[in-house]
Amino acid sequence: MTAGLMSDIYMFVLAILVGYEVITKVPSTLHTPLMSASNAIHGIVIIGAVVTASQARTDAGYVLAFVAAFFAGMNVVGGYGLTDRMLQMFRKRPGPAAHDGTKELS
Amino acid sequence: MNAVTIAVDLAYLLAALGFVVALHLMNSPATARKGSRLSWLGMIVAVAAALTSVIHDATITTTGWIVLSVGGIGGAAVGLVMSRRVKMTDVPQVVSIFNAVGGGAAALVAAGGFVRLAGGGGISSRVMIATVLDIIIGPVTFSGSLIAAGKLQGWVDSRPVVFPGARLATAAFTLIGVGGGCYLLAGNDSIPVLILVVCAALAFGVTMTMPIGGADMPVVVALLNSFTGIAVAIAGFVIDNGGLIIGGALVGASGGILTVLMAQAMNRSVLSVMMGGFGTGDGGPAGVGPGAGAGAGASIRRISAEDAAIQLAYASKVAIVPGYGLAAAQAQHEAAQLAELIGDHATVFFAIHPVAGRMPGHMNVLLAEANVPYTELKEMDAANLEFPTVDVALVVGANDVTNPAARRPGNSVSGMPILNVDQAKSVIVIKRSMGHGYAGIDNELYTDPKTGMFFSDAKAGLAEIIASVKALVAS
Repeated sequence: MTAGLMSDIYMFVLAILVGYEVITKVPSTLHTPLMSASNAIHGIVIIGAVVTASQARTDAGYVLAFVAAFFAGMNVVGGYGLTDRMLQMFRKRPGPAAHDGTKELS
Repeated sequence: MNAVTIAVDLAYLLAALGFVVALHLMNSPATARKGSRLSWLGMIVAVAAALTSVIHDATITTTGWIVLSVGGIGGAAVGLVMSRRVKMTDVPQVVSIFNAVGGGAAALVAAGGFVRLAGGGGISSRVMIATVLDIIIGPVTFSGSLIAAGKLQGWVDSRPVVFPGARLATAAFTLIGVGGGCYLLAGNDSIPVLILVVCAALAFGVTMTMPIGGADMPVVVALLNSFTGIAVAIAGFVIDNGGLIIGGALVGASGGILTVLMAQAMNRSVLSVMMGGFGTGDGGPAGVGPGAGAGAGASIRRISAEDAAIQLAYASKVAIVPGYGLAAAQAQHEAAQLAELIGDHATVFFAIHPVAGRMPGHMNVLLAEANVPYTELKEMDAANLEFPTVDVALVVGANDVTNPAARRPGNSVSGMPILNVDQAKSVIVIKRSMGHGYAGIDNELYTDPKTGMFFSDAKAGLAEIIASVKALVAS
């Protein structure tokens, strides 16, 4: 048990350091998608919801598992959906719609 | 340890690896989308592993399956609809809501374990510590994020809301939460006390967020993001799951970094933001008409849309500086259209301050949506290298972040990182009035002899300039 706790703490601390290293390199241009992407990552709590549901035996347990699953499902799918929608708008060149605008003027 | 347990644990490791590489790929707009998809793949692997493990253990009841699938799929459907429908200007609220449900889910997972074992005295102290932390941090994040979302959406007053005895109430909730938490930690697995602690934490989240003004929201949203990450990591300690610990820790780090960056960019400390109580950011006192507030005898030069258009039409390098006012007026499409129009004969770029918009980096998303290529979006440091060679800098709805007074000590914006707009050869400012920004002082840029002030709403003003430029180009 104590060995398990220690390795959990190791994981936690090292993951924070890795996160720090990786995230300081993200340009501020992408900070909103970054926040949305990290938002999606904390949707990993859905695993907790699965575990809670698997152990539930009482009404109270089922209610807690249901709400946890609902929240986590919303978090995961919404988070990734929103991130992808934003990132696909970051293009190197203007899209076709914008080009039409230019031609109209010249 | 049998084969299935090992496979499941390796799958969690794979997922964690996917998250880290995904965040790494976000260091450039060119690879970011690939990263996001990799992260999604990691999530699918993790969920598949969790389900495999549950099926293998065969401890889940039929009701458990129903509860899990109906809840999970229902939530997923709501999340999908929200992420598809949300307007890009409303992204901060939705991110806030996803923070809320993430924190809420973490608290529920912890509470689920507690309720199952309560009364039997079978909760080990390590699980108890993690549980108590989670039933405090989770609900604070939940209610705090919902209030933040309400403020961003306009359902809750975005001004700092302070009521008599607010500090006292906050202190009382803190006392109840910490006291109840200690009682539980002492080995009393009482469900009523658990509920009391959760309620106190929920109330604390409300009283913590209510006094914070709308302009401070980038800091608050980032901070709550970090809290959610920590709550999820702690839930990982409760159920002894590495996937939750690593995923949560990554988010905790990300939110923490963004919180500090945003606070620095606003020249505030995180603590002073959280203490709240002043600043709304929606621009100075109401009723200050054009010219009325040109303080200290300094004179300003007013220009018309035609004047602005002439300058822009003959410039060879133009910087557009969008601020909160542009986002508030939803004028990003006009700004993008103008940039494209001028782009036919000149180099154009957008100079974007980190706090432009309502969450970190928000302005970039708004402009990307309006079809501005990301190569034209320049961060503050890159933009500041360009300003000395810029012919015309067009400031739209940005105030304090362009005030050259920040480079001097002794005033309320001193030390704040700014865009050096005053180094451009000439400056045009589109602004509704001479009203003060959030810092509450005069912007010296406006009284600079090379600055022309065009008093107008951001959207209408840009549309007028576009029309004038078109007329010039056509003739």
